[in-house]
Amino acid sequence: MRIAVLVKQVPATDSVKIDEKTGTMVREGVEAELNPLDLHAVEAALRIRECRSEGATEITAITMGPPQAKKAAAYAVSMGCDSGVLLSDKRFGGSDTLATSRTLAKALKKLGPFDIILAGERATDGETGQVGPAVAEFLRIPALTYVSSIDELDEGHITVTRSVEGGHEKMKAPIPAMVIPVKEMNIPRLCTLGGKLRAKKTEIPVLNADDLALDEDLTGLKGSATLVVNVTYPQMTREGRKILSSAGTKDAVKAIVDLLEEKNCLEAAR
Amino acid sequence: MNGTNKEVWTLAEVRGKTIHPVSKELLAWGRELADPMRVPLASILVGSGVAPRAEELIAAGADKVYIVDDPSFENFLCDEQVGILEYLTDKYNPSILIASATTRGRTVMPMLSARIGCGLTADCTELSIDPVSGRLIQTRPAIGGNVMADIKTRGRDPQMCTVRPKSKRPLDTDRSRKGELIKVSPPQSLLGSALKFLGFTPETSVGLPIQEAEIIISGGKGMKNAKNFAKLEELARLLGGTVGASRMAVDLGWVPYSAQVGLSGKSVTPRIYMAFGISGAVQHIAGISGAETIIAVNHDPEAPIFRVADLSIQGDAMEILDALIDSLKKEQSERWTLTAD
Ligand SMILES: Cc1cc2nc3c(=O)[nH]c(=O)nc-3n(C[C@H](O)[C@H](O)[C@H](O)COP(=O)(O)OP(=O)(O)OC[C@H]3O[C@@H](n4cnc5c(N)ncnc54)[C@H](O)[C@@H]3O)c2cc1C
Ligand SMILES: Cc1cc2nc3c(=O)[nH]c(=O)nc-3n(C[C@H](O)[C@H](O)[C@H](O)COP(=O)(O)OP(=O)(O)OC[C@H]3O[C@@H](n4cnc5c(N)ncnc54)[C@H](O)[C@@H]3O)c2cc1C
Repeated sequence: MRIAVLVKQVPATDSVKIDEKTGTMVREGVEAELNPLDLHAVEAALRIRECRSEGATEITAITMGPPQAKKAAAYAVSMGCDSGVLLSDKRFGGSDTLATSRTLAKALKKLGPFDIILAGERATDGETGQVGPAVAEFLRIPALTYVSSIDELDEGHITVTRSVEGGHEKMKAPIPAMVIPVKEMNIPRLCTLGGKLRAKKTEIPVLNADDLALDEDLTGLKGSATLVVNVTYPQMTREGRKILSSAGTKDAVKAIVDLLEEKNCLEAAR
Repeated sequence: MNGTNKEVWTLAEVRGKTIHPVSKELLAWGRELADPMRVPLASILVGSGVAPRAEELIAAGADKVYIVDDPSFENFLCDEQVGILEYLTDKYNPSILIASATTRGRTVMPMLSARIGCGLTADCTELSIDPVSGRLIQTRPAIGGNVMADIKTRGRDPQMCTVRPKSKRPLDTDRSRKGELIKVSPPQSLLGSALKFLGFTPETSVGLPIQEAEIIISGGKGMKNAKNFAKLEELARLLGGTVGASRMAVDLGWVPYSAQVGLSGKSVTPRIYMAFGISGAVQHIAGISGAETIIAVNHDPEAPIFRVADLSIQGDAMEILDALIDSLKKEQSERWTLTAD
């Protein structure tokens, strides 16, 4: 069985600094990390390999980004993936989710066939959550989104539980299939020292647009259908009403109840 | 504007044989675009046994409803849905297609985007029409709420986006509205799915996840201990709300991570957000900019949370909380005695 995991490099959330004056994110000198939700996808792949009694399972981590994004693939290898691949080319720059997905799908076709493809629920920077399902569609395979557990997997089918509004649903799909876990699915393992050493020795090949035989018009800015035309940094202030402690608890509570009433939020309490 | 008469479409969501309320929110979004564009607003209704419900969409603001009613659509299976949406968009060529950012919308819309090669903007909080080009401007938060991006779609129509559930109120139901119901029979080849639905288990826990909650009662380090923190639950229960928390409260183990609001937690869009003993660090504020009304209780008159609150109460969180709970309970029991009379 062959498994591919899509991993993205993002600015590290723990090192994100906020400029106290402007209330905006400081991007300079911020460290990069593997998108936290992708760790659950990697973990899911590793557990599939561990659970399978017969036949070999091979896991490839694939990332697309600038040259330094190699680190994301290497990190996935240090967690236990067998190999990693970086898709990198200036011509990929500025890709929206449509162009990103098309490019990733091309690579999956070239490096495949894969039986299971895993992706993260969403990346912490672009935050669209669109890439996984779109890749599945470019490959014309089913997308199993919001998966909280993989219940069965054999040579022909996969059965999963999905976490949706108001409950869980069970779904069976033929493989190959795209599986997108939610956080609740597992607790990602830390990489071991041995894993780190292995990652150091593992070469991460780099593929460009020519290697993927990808038409320039279909990737990068040219292949994108959405354009960010303006960016603003929201500064939130509201001119609210203020009640000082000298007013006493009774007045404070009355102010709260009145506001709840005005906003029609007391129905449940009645 | 280019003079075409292309429609604005919204994708209705169906649960069983009923129309899910988000479908009506979508029509409120759609009206704000269709009116200045002077084009009809249509809703797409795909399901099994749903045709009798189509009038509800007209009453909620639609000028037309395209109905695809077939037993094959009893369950929501993404491959089948993508097929039918491709068929409909090819056949009728709408200008804009809006869906809700639910687990369904977030699954089927990216797939449709790939299938028909159209752009898709995620999780919008604002939509407007550029008066010059007549194109859709889609505004969405990204990077943990730290940026708002305006996005335009180029190339093939429809211009597609998902919008956050609960970010707009449905229009008032108007049963006298007239609209056109259009039944579409898709080719047989589009019916059927590779997927098999095996069953649904409803959640047993009470209270909605914070992202769906209309009322959130949040607490921070100022709640002092787990016992005090538990009082927030009582208030949440009284108001039909959900408990939220600052990262400090989560780190102290008073609540699970799923309740964390902010940059490294969840962004929320409730009608009421109440913050007890939360200082209002920028990382926390990042998660509540979509709240309609913010009420903050803090004993520090300089607490930054007061800068973003609609109602700021300077005082002891526990004292205010106890008094508020008492007052609501009292009112409740008074009402009950009144109705019993
Ligand atoms: C402010 C801002 C707003 C944007 N809004 C939109 C928008 O509304 N629509 C749009 O089409 N584009 C948008 N983009 C562009 C989008 O962020 C990029 O296309 C990005 O490369 C992928 O989207 P994402 O970060 O949302 O990933 P998501 O779709 O959230 O990622 C989901 C999963 O897909 C996989 N994945 C994603 N990217 C890669 C990668 N490069 N390599 C390997 N695996 C990957 C990972 O498993 C990841 O967890 C926006 C960009 C910015 C800066
Ligand atoms: C990268 C990064 C990501 C982060 N992500 C998040 C996030 O997602 N969510 C988040 O919340 N934080 C986040 N933080 C942490 C954030 O910076 C703050 O540390 C945190 O929000 C503070 O929590 P707090 O308000 O509960 O505690 P404090 O800041 O300690 O505030 C406690 C408040 O309680 C008040 N108080 C004390 N006693 C009383 C009383 N008796 N009555 C009334 N008021 C009282 C005090 O005046 C004070 O204002 C993040 C930080 C970083 C660096």
